[in-house]
Amino acid sequence: MKKVWVSLTYLVFLILLIIPIIKIFTGAWAEGWDGFIEALSRPQALHALMMTGIIVVVVTALNTIFGVMLALYLVRANWIGGKLKQLLNSLVDLPYAVSPVIGGLMIVLILGPSTAIGALFEDIGFKIVYALPGMILATLFVTFPLMVREVMPVLQEIGAQQEEAASTLGAYSWYTFWHVTWPSIRWGVIYGVVLTVARSLGEFGAVLVVSGNIMNKTQTATTLVYQDVENFNVLAANSVALVLAAFSVGLLLLMEWAKKRKEVH
Amino acid sequence: MNNLFRNRWWSFGFRTTIMLYFILLIVLPIIGIYGQSFRSGWGPFWESVSDPLAWKAVLLTLKLAIIATIINIFLGTMIGWSLIRYRFPGRRLLNSLVDLPFALPTAVGGLMILLLLGPNSLVGSLAQGLGFDIVFHEPAIVVAMVFVTFPFVIRAVQPLLEELDKSEEEAAYTLGASKTRAFFQVIFPTMLPGISSGAMLAFSRALAEFGAVVLVAGNIPGKTLIASVYIFGEIESDNPQGAAAVSVMLLTLSFVILWAVNLVQSRRLGK
Repeated sequence: MKKVWVSLTYLVFLILLIIPIIKIFTGAWAEGWDGFIEALSRPQALHALMMTGIIVVVVTALNTIFGVMLALYLVRANWIGGKLKQLLNSLVDLPYAVSPVIGGLMIVLILGPSTAIGALFEDIGFKIVYALPGMILATLFVTFPLMVREVMPVLQEIGAQQEEAASTLGAYSWYTFWHVTWPSIRWGVIYGVVLTVARSLGEFGAVLVVSGNIMNKTQTATTLVYQDVENFNVLAANSVALVLAAFSVGLLLLMEWAKKRKEVH
Repeated sequence: MNNLFRNRWWSFGFRTTIMLYFILLIVLPIIGIYGQSFRSGWGPFWESVSDPLAWKAVLLTLKLAIIATIINIFLGTMIGWSLIRYRFPGRRLLNSLVDLPFALPTAVGGLMILLLLGPNSLVGSLAQGLGFDIVFHEPAIVVAMVFVTFPFVIRAVQPLLEELDKSEEEAAYTLGASKTRAFFQVIFPTMLPGISSGAMLAFSRALAEFGAVVLVAGNIPGKTLIASVYIFGEIESDNPQGAAAVSVMLLTLSFVILWAVNLVQSRRLGK
């Protein structure tokens, strides 16, 4: 029996994961190194990669700070009642249930140029939708639960005793946070960061809706892949996809490493 | 005293900021979308929803997501089992690879499927020779859904199998149960909560999937146009009302599933 199951497992992995990854590599090299470089050094490709980079950095920073704080409040705070805490806790998962396209649509509906808030911002010269701020908002929405959900179980597990001891001794929570809480949640946070980077790197649906996919302006790496495919420029799509896939595989390795460290602590 | 006062203001400021961020980013948009679709009352909402193309898209999404989930239940149970129970060369590598669909941008996933199964590929031309199409038709959508939801069932089943008490299984053997019987009476019931919660998560993800599907589906209205692509099309053609109405249908469905997952999980923890 063992042989059958193991070979079937290998077969599924081969068909579903390994062959496709190899195909991306060979596809991007179809015209050799030159074709790959040429596709990547198109101005729109460079711009798209830069946009993706900006979004990843900003979103990861914001999501980490707010995610850790919210996790702390949801686990520790005694100023939120039990029932309310439960409600907030279940609200955290909402973005998981929302299709990315709908996530984008929500931002367009609330902050789009035809709405009151959107018009107000536009008057003072600050564009949200079809510009970078909207794309960052959309990605923040999509990645929101990742950090909170990584940090909360760790906090619940370690309990509040040590922190309480530190606070009784008269230390302000900043000190308590850095010297008592942080060392124990560190690997959970790092794992959350890796997940956030991966998700914001690859976000497509929400960003496509909010950005309008304007070349050299609001185009990200994933939406460029989409546009290249639509224009039947498969080689170019492959090259950008290869860069993204290489990052994802790297992140996957980081994930494994962080997971192992997390389990040790 | 002065110090305490300042601390209090600080922490009050922090609390308000975090809670405002939470509510503005997550809660408000969702209320907004329900508000938008019912803004002009039931009539226009009903009109948008009862557009045959709209409900055909929703039904198609449901059908294909169910097929993808069933495939994933079988694949996930088998792979979760093999990865935990057997020791074989490459096991750890495969175990890390499971998460690849989570790490890979969905648009890249769609492109991979397009390259492998497209009309110019080996598989695609073979299938065409046999008289059926994959890419730009329903099979490709199912493949895309299976790909993006691949890790859910596996990751839900694995911890349960790891926790499984070996002695229970051994007791079954001692009592003379065959391997099949021991599997279905002892092991399978343990895996079941994992399979069901993993399957529900996979199902809700498959319903919502956009990136991988938009590239491989032909997006022909009424035939291969799934709900999320329909919503995208409505936004592009500047019809937020229609987009919001279909979104509300899809969202409500996903919320019910998410709620069911929570119920299953809390019942398991409570036991």
